Amino acid sequence: MTQAGHFSGGFGVPPIDAAHAFRAAMTAMARPGEIRQIAGATPPAPLSAAAGALILTLCDADTVLHLAGDADCAAVRGWVAFHTGAPLGQAAEADFALGTWEALQPLDRFRIGTPDYPDRSATLIVERIALEARGATLRGPGIRETARLNLPDPAVLARNATRFPLGFDCFFTCGDRVAALPRSTHVSEG
Amino acid sequence: MTAEHGQMTEYNFAYLDEQTKRMIRRAILKGLAIPGYQVPFASREMPMPYGWGTGGVQVSAATLTPEDRFKVIDQGADDTTNAVSIRKFFERTAGVETTEETAQATVIQTRHRIPEMPLTEDQILVYQVPIPEPLRFLEPRETETRKMHSLEEYGLMHVKLYEDIARHGAIATSYAYPVKVAGRYVMDPSPIPKFDNPKMEMAAIQLFGAGREQRIYALPPWTPVVSLDFEDYPFEPSKADHPCDLCGAEDSYLDEVILDDAGGRMFVCSDTDYCRSRREAGHAGRLSEEAA
Repeated sequence: MTQAGHFSGGFGVPPIDAAHAFRAAMTAMARPGEIRQIAGATPPAPLSAAAGALILTLCDADTVLHLAGDADCAAVRGWVAFHTGAPLGQAAEADFALGTWEALQPLDRFRIGTPDYPDRSATLIVERIALEARGATLRGPGIRETARLNLPDPAVLARNATRFPLGFDCFFTCGDRVAALPRSTHVSEG
Repeated sequence: MTAEHGQMTEYNFAYLDEQTKRMIRRAILKGLAIPGYQVPFASREMPMPYGWGTGGVQVSAATLTPEDRFKVIDQGADDTTNAVSIRKFFERTAGVETTEETAQATVIQTRHRIPEMPLTEDQILVYQVPIPEPLRFLEPRETETRKMHSLEEYGLMHVKLYEDIARHGAIATSYAYPVKVAGRYVMDPSPIPKFDNPKMEMAAIQLFGAGREQRIYALPPWTPVVSLDFEDYPFEPSKADHPCDLCGAEDSYLDEVILDDAGGRMFVCSDTDYCRSRREAGHAGRLSEEAA
């Protein structure tokens, strides 16, 4: 990507676009498994529009961002630097981590908070090829009975919930759509 | 609507700057991920005094979109000073539509009440919280209460409720009645009457903002919220044992209004929108003609 590419693809009207994007992200986090549209950003490849919108809405100079795998390329680094100013860092110090499920492994590198401050934990933005309301069964806060979502590895995410209130939280992004899985959600396969 | 007054250009959307909103938004997301846990946040000075809803206002500012219809209630009423000024604040700084009708609102900021009409999944309820720490009056040290939450050590709260029973014969706590959220954190529901506690398992997202105390916490929809009690002294949501004198409602929370210095009094719905809509639907109470 050229230098000019770093400067484009941000929010057109930042306060309004960020408000819309946050509402989508918040609704997704409050209703695990629910898939919402989140738009407004056109980040460089390989980032999805949804992942780009999350980065622009949530990351700034106060948050350490970890780019994993293909997401850790010059184009993305330049785009993140220009639009958010977020410092890039290692997984162990990351507030946000971005990449495919495979690239984010091993997950025990990420912060899960402390018993005093469980909020000091990482939020993973996991890029997915598909996002569908089928597969693993979700139960817990935000879900009236059950919800379903095609999770990358239900067993690992089920273990994350057993540490509650510690744990990491996930956004799953695909195209311009987002879903979330907080640590409070109980995951069972099938 | 405010654009023609030239006011939109003077403020960023919803007053706060973008970096502040991002910080608040991150706290809201962690709050939703850990229901009932109080997330510290860098509360800003707002153009209103602490105690006037600065926490709720900051959470609302971070949550509102231009398409929202915003409602503010103070003790259930849309027409009190606090509610009117916060509504005006967001009309001016966010250009959002406002309403007094619960059913029409998408974001409702509240001080000390939950609307009588059940909220839907398309709505967000933002609470103004004075003291977010339910253990604060039992243990003044933040270092200790934080440890108590981390160890899930809530025995002191049960002792407090027990002492209520020993002294008064019943649990005398009538507002800000402590709840346990999703089987883990004990949470202060803000000073809502305990009558409202059972409503907290609702379809809407609930966000809590404490400006002076710099805490944000949250309840995702349908999160289990259990009011603390004992097997032999079960939790009882209570209200004045009267129907509303204006609309006749028997199921709504009532305010007592002194009418004269000769013992005259009336009971009216604290939820003004609920009372108004019932009266418009033809319901009447004991004093409805005099009031009209």
